[in-house]
Amino acid sequence: MKIGVFICHCGENIGRTVDCARVSKAAGFFPGVVHSVDYKYMCSDPGQNLIKQAIKDFKLDGVVVGSCSPHMHEKTFRKAVADAGVNPFLCEIANLREHVSWVHEDIDVATDKAIDLIRFAVEKVKRNTPLTTIKVPVTKRTLVIGGGISGIQAALDVANAGYEVVLVEKEPSIGGHMSQLSETFPTLDCSQCILTPRMVEVYQHPKIKLLTYSEVEKVEGFIGNFKVTIRKKARYVDDTKCTGCGDCMQKCPIKKKALSEFDEQLTTRSAIYVPFPQAVPNIPVIDTSVCTYFKTGKCSMCKKVCGRDAIFFEQEDQMLTEEIGAIIMATGYKLYTIDKKPEDSEIKGYGEYGYGKYKDVIDGLQFERIASASGPTSGEFMRPSDGKTPKKIVFIQCVGSRDESKGFSYCSKICCMYTAKHAMLYKHKVHDGEAYVFYMDIRSGGKMYEEFVRRAIEEDGVKYIRGRVSRIYEEDGKYIVKGEDTLAGVPITIDADMVVLATAMVAQPDASKLAQTVGIPYDKYGYFVEVHPKLRPVESSSGGIFLAGACHSPRDIPDSVAMASAAAAKAMVLFGSDMLEREPTIALVNENLCAGCFYCKKVCAYNAIEIKQIKDKQGNLIKEVAFVNSGLCQGCGTCNATCPSKSIELIGYTDEQIYAEISALM
Amino acid sequence: MQIGYYPGCSQEGTAKEYDKSLREVLKVLDVDPTEINDWSCCGATSAHVTSHKLSLALSARNLALAEKQGLKEIFAPCAACYNRLLTSKNELQEHPEQKYEIETIIEEKINNIPEIYNIVNFFQKIGKDKIAEKKKIDLKNFKAACYYGCLLVRPSGINSDDSEQPNSMEEIVKATGAQTIDWNFKLECCGAAHSIARQDIVVDLSKKILDDAIKHGANVIVVACPMCHSNLDMRQQNIKSKFSDFKEIPVLYLSEILGLALGFDKKQLGIDTHFIEFNLPVRNDVQEVSA
Amino acid sequence: MENIKTQDPKIIAFVCNWCTYTGADLAGTSRLKYQPNIRMIKLPCTGRIDPVFIIKAFEKGADGVLVSGCHPGDCHYNAGNFHARRRWMMFHKLLDYMGIDENRLHFSWVSASEGKKFVDVVNAFTNKVKTQGPFEKYAKINKEFVINE
Repeated sequence: MKIGVFICHCGENIGRTVDCARVSKAAGFFPGVVHSVDYKYMCSDPGQNLIKQAIKDFKLDGVVVGSCSPHMHEKTFRKAVADAGVNPFLCEIANLREHVSWVHEDIDVATDKAIDLIRFAVEKVKRNTPLTTIKVPVTKRTLVIGGGISGIQAALDVANAGYEVVLVEKEPSIGGHMSQLSETFPTLDCSQCILTPRMVEVYQHPKIKLLTYSEVEKVEGFIGNFKVTIRKKARYVDDTKCTGCGDCMQKCPIKKKALSEFDEQLTTRSAIYVPFPQAVPNIPVIDTSVCTYFKTGKCSMCKKVCGRDAIFFEQEDQMLTEEIGAIIMATGYKLYTIDKKPEDSEIKGYGEYGYGKYKDVIDGLQFERIASASGPTSGEFMRPSDGKTPKKIVFIQCVGSRDESKGFSYCSKICCMYTAKHAMLYKHKVHDGEAYVFYMDIRSGGKMYEEFVRRAIEEDGVKYIRGRVSRIYEEDGKYIVKGEDTLAGVPITIDADMVVLATAMVAQPDASKLAQTVGIPYDKYGYFVEVHPKLRPVESSSGGIFLAGACHSPRDIPDSVAMASAAAAKAMVLFGSDMLEREPTIALVNENLCAGCFYCKKVCAYNAIEIKQIKDKQGNLIKEVAFVNSGLCQGCGTCNATCPSKSIELIGYTDEQIYAEISALM
Repeated sequence: MQIGYYPGCSQEGTAKEYDKSLREVLKVLDVDPTEINDWSCCGATSAHVTSHKLSLALSARNLALAEKQGLKEIFAPCAACYNRLLTSKNELQEHPEQKYEIETIIEEKINNIPEIYNIVNFFQKIGKDKIAEKKKIDLKNFKAACYYGCLLVRPSGINSDDSEQPNSMEEIVKATGAQTIDWNFKLECCGAAHSIARQDIVVDLSKKILDDAIKHGANVIVVACPMCHSNLDMRQQNIKSKFSDFKEIPVLYLSEILGLALGFDKKQLGIDTHFIEFNLPVRNDVQEVSA
Repeated sequence: MENIKTQDPKIIAFVCNWCTYTGADLAGTSRLKYQPNIRMIKLPCTGRIDPVFIIKAFEKGADGVLVSGCHPGDCHYNAGNFHARRRWMMFHKLLDYMGIDENRLHFSWVSASEGKKFVDVVNAFTNKVKTQGPFEKYAKINKEFVINE
């Protein structure tokens, strides 16, 4: 091998503490090095030309550049080498700036170190093999999981850019929690008014395939090439025939047995139902757990009244397979339910608030339904127990959030704002009512957020008390709330008509299961985890899978929407090219040596190792060996270090190369 | 059934009737309690505010003695004893270095700390069915307010019942045929050791508890702690002298209400030693009870 | 103190590309200074580190070996550093058998944002290895048993 060594002065950045001339002179004597020079700016055009020219003149087939960190200019030099006709992976960088000249002061010592580093690189490059970047085709279709505001936004963004989208929602309608909200902070926009046009847009978009009442069952493949299996649950209604007239729901004799999910259990619904009038698609579903037909076979009232003959009791779950290039997770959140003692032993629950014993102790989403014009009370403030107008409401924040001893350690982020909004909405309608808010801290970071909270306190007269509530109990139709005002240092007792608990936002109960299905990491709470908290906040560590909204962490609508658009943009970046280029630094199996112990398979974090059967000509099995799926392998090399027979090797970092580097120390 | 028994000081003093009734009841339920030899103070509520080490050492000694005696399970009828023993057990198990120090102090080795039950847990262990099986009298006209006090179901986390909404005592009381009421103050403070020095505090706090029970329809309060009993029972006279409209309500130990259902009379159970006279008809036939 | 040689030790560091190598870059861009004895070998991940690399380094004349990667939970490859840590726990027990003083070996977590920590780790470790003096056991074995070297 003929190796050329090129030492960059980086202006004076390297040259000041490293005697570059001495380095290049010393390198010239290394075995295999046929050419060695130093130059002021190797990364500049003339510098690169110097390398290209030397490759031609000296017929170099290996290049070592002593310059800045490879994270800086490795790509530049690899490209220059490739331009001159040498495989780019036969170019190695020795880091003489960040690791030598900038961190040491003595010229002699620094120069010695620089020479050592060049020697390492020369020994390594000798053992490099020409590689080509791996190219994989990209399926330009996106799967969005979750049809809340995050999923809707992501789907619309990707679809509007001209790429196909499959939107999967497990509930009968898209819309998510945002469709349940009354008004949104800090502008008090009507939530449904701004959301429903978006829902309709999704439904009508030619590029969006909407699959409601469906769940993702299986995800196979890798970035750009996923194969996703989706279960389309049986609605027992033929969606091609149904017009959404609602006659079936009117006539359904079951009216009281099922609690409305949309109204957060405050009202009941029929067995055949759409979750709410603005549902998209406006096609009902039969709840088989309460439907008389499915329980006894006796009733088929809905079938009789349906003018379109759309009721189809024999319908079964359907399995669909979709070819997908990118996946956007937008599965959202749930509110922590205090109405029962949690079975999860880590969370102790809030027995002091009654575990749902008191009808008028409700959570934030229930309050949203009461405050909503489309809700069970048409926006009139009435308490669930007796329909009376509550004259005194106590709001308790951080129920389950920021509570290491009984709940979750994290802050749910949205509660400070929505509690201020709740109190404000209440005061706007019940002028003589009193609203008390028990808080720990008011966290109102965000545009116009602090102003909004101040408005609730100063203009609307909401009384904020800094402290926790220790007990709630019922006495003579009032709810006695015992708490502490920690600023005044006194215990406080309020006889409230109604209590609203700002319970913690939690990940969907099946989020961890879905994460395992899809193959992305999740934290101890069940929230999905990003690659880098600062610089790659919407990407999961699995290539081609992006995160949007509250499935990642508690966040409000604008944050969710922004994250959804960012995830959409990331998906579109992927679709910008027809083929994906990947570093060829992946593991490779020597099938002759491999004994088939599959320790490599056990340690692989990417499921990139498969079992390959080797057969003779007659088709008899000779042995089973490991096989690396180059699309999945990320090149960490854990398998290489684990392999007892060293029959799996990480290209570019083989044992031979590393031993050569170690030996170069002498 | 064999079980180690840690009576605690109250069982030999203010709560003699608790001990008496408990032994009677256990006999019927085929339980043979083995008292821990040479048991000493558990530390109660005062040791741990004085010295953490002292509170651990006092309880640890009793646990070590129980272990030495070969007892795998012990029960402590007093809620304070139970709380202290359980807390010590937990701490000795979690912190080996602490355990070593305590072992040096008490000059005993601790290896396998016995399982610790409070009286409610213990009756749960015996089983509701067993109680129902041995039941002679159905206490259906009892409307019991089960009062747990501050110690019985705490500290939270290492206790089997919910510390804020407990329900275990109700389950046992229901086995006697008695009704239990849902009320607000099953965990509220009775005033505890202020009973002696600050009677005024105890009077106010205990009154609240008693009033709430009466308001929710109770005709008897059931407790499982000698301290609670002495405050709720003894201090009713003081409450009465301060609030003339106060209505009295009898306060029974859990063992006593079980004893009634198992057919013992008031005297056998020591109910006659209470300050507030217990005159609820156990049967429709009142004569038999007052014998 | 006279018998402790203070000659410059040779230290080899096996670092991962994503955290410690980048952390060392940050030390450079922040112009922090540290002792120059260390020679870094970049690997994609600490999970790639075979304990044999460490033995090899000592055999080839290193006086100390530093291994550093991403903090637990921050691995670029999800779990590589957990594998490394587990291997380390095992390997650490074998050091005595290998005749290597545990002061000659250091395992640390340095993230890409911890330029200062990198400097502290390198300086502390360099000083520690200095007090150990040169590692000559393996070189002697080589001299005794390997002919023509």
